[in-house]
Amino acid sequence: MTFELPKLDYAYDALEPYIDARTMEIHYTKHHAAYTNNLNNAIKGTELETKSIDEILKNISKQTMVIRNNGGGFYNHNLFWDIMSPKGGGEPKGDLLQAIQRDFGSFEKLKELFNAAATTRFGSGWAWLINQNGKLIVNSTPNQDNPLMDIAEIKGIPILALDVWEHAYYLKYQNRRIEYIDAFWNVVNWEKVAKRFL
Amino acid sequence: MIFELPKLPYAYDALEPMISKRTLEFHHDKHHAAYVNNLNNLIKGTIFEKADLETIIKESEGGIFNNGAQVWNHTFYFEQFGKDKFDLLKNGAFSDAIYRDYGSLDIFKDKFSTAAKSLFGSGWTWLVKKPNGALEIIQTSNAANPLRDGLKPILTCDVWEHAYYIDYQNRRPDYIESFWKLIDWNIIAARY
Repeated sequence: MTFELPKLDYAYDALEPYIDARTMEIHYTKHHAAYTNNLNNAIKGTELETKSIDEILKNISKQTMVIRNNGGGFYNHNLFWDIMSPKGGGEPKGDLLQAIQRDFGSFEKLKELFNAAATTRFGSGWAWLINQNGKLIVNSTPNQDNPLMDIAEIKGIPILALDVWEHAYYLKYQNRRIEYIDAFWNVVNWEKVAKRFL
Repeated sequence: MIFELPKLPYAYDALEPMISKRTLEFHHDKHHAAYVNNLNNLIKGTIFEKADLETIIKESEGGIFNNGAQVWNHTFYFEQFGKDKFDLLKNGAFSDAIYRDYGSLDIFKDKFSTAAKSLFGSGWTWLVKKPNGALEIIQTSNAANPLRDGLKPILTCDVWEHAYYIDYQNRRPDYIESFWKLIDWNIIAARY
């Protein structure tokens, strides 16, 4: 199949002041679009044309680095845009909150662990909250890798994602990655994260 | 030893318009400075407390390696820029090596640019001298440095996004094109 850049559910300036309009526009129309195009070009005429992105990622060890990098870039940004909202922030509820309390002790503790994962990822990469057969785990991966990939150190379904490539925050926060990470919690759409946890 | 942040060898606006004053202020005063501070903090009380930077790059791991190599890489990167260029053809051993291994300076630049454009994620593209004297273009991820593999760095391009995002955003090829306009070939030849 040909993968399509998904429509954003909000305007480029909707996540201001936490994520600025210029960053959103370049991130989506340039970076995410490039991953999508590169992925489509890489799978053209191969057996992967009939596969879903999840299937491709689950067997990524059999594919080239071009497919790993761009397939990951396509999927990761889809997820990232989806779990953010201008009406985001606050705290998770219901089953998700209970699972967070069970696996981390409290929502505050989850944030601490997630912030540490996002801060200490050296170079480019992503921080994740992962659902591993019902158990929640925080981790980070380099570049455009993700927990769906069979090469991932910790595998599972990613339900919350934070992009810590410098392109995700440099125009607004420059070297201050930690301020970007703090700002992110104000735009997390917990309803979407909870749906992914079900 | 306690490492110190080297001063930039030119004014912050000296590389305009190819690399902006604002980029250099962040790149040197924040990123390079943070690597120096982190390294000094991390080596306290370890076997690397009295080591020189090259030893740290060759022998350490984890955070000490990452910060130590980034201190070295940035110093090496900032030192190679200037406006005092010369005709490569008139110069001795380095010019000979470029012609011998690549055919021409333009061919070398093309190959180096291709490597710098295609490096995925954060990292560095290098021209190195191998123990037998031959030149080679290599890519390293994140902080990795060729000294660790017994190679002598001659030229480097920082392709971490922080090196170019303020000026070029996603257009890394434009940054690399500008990079060539800033190289002081006298310095590069002397390194060889």
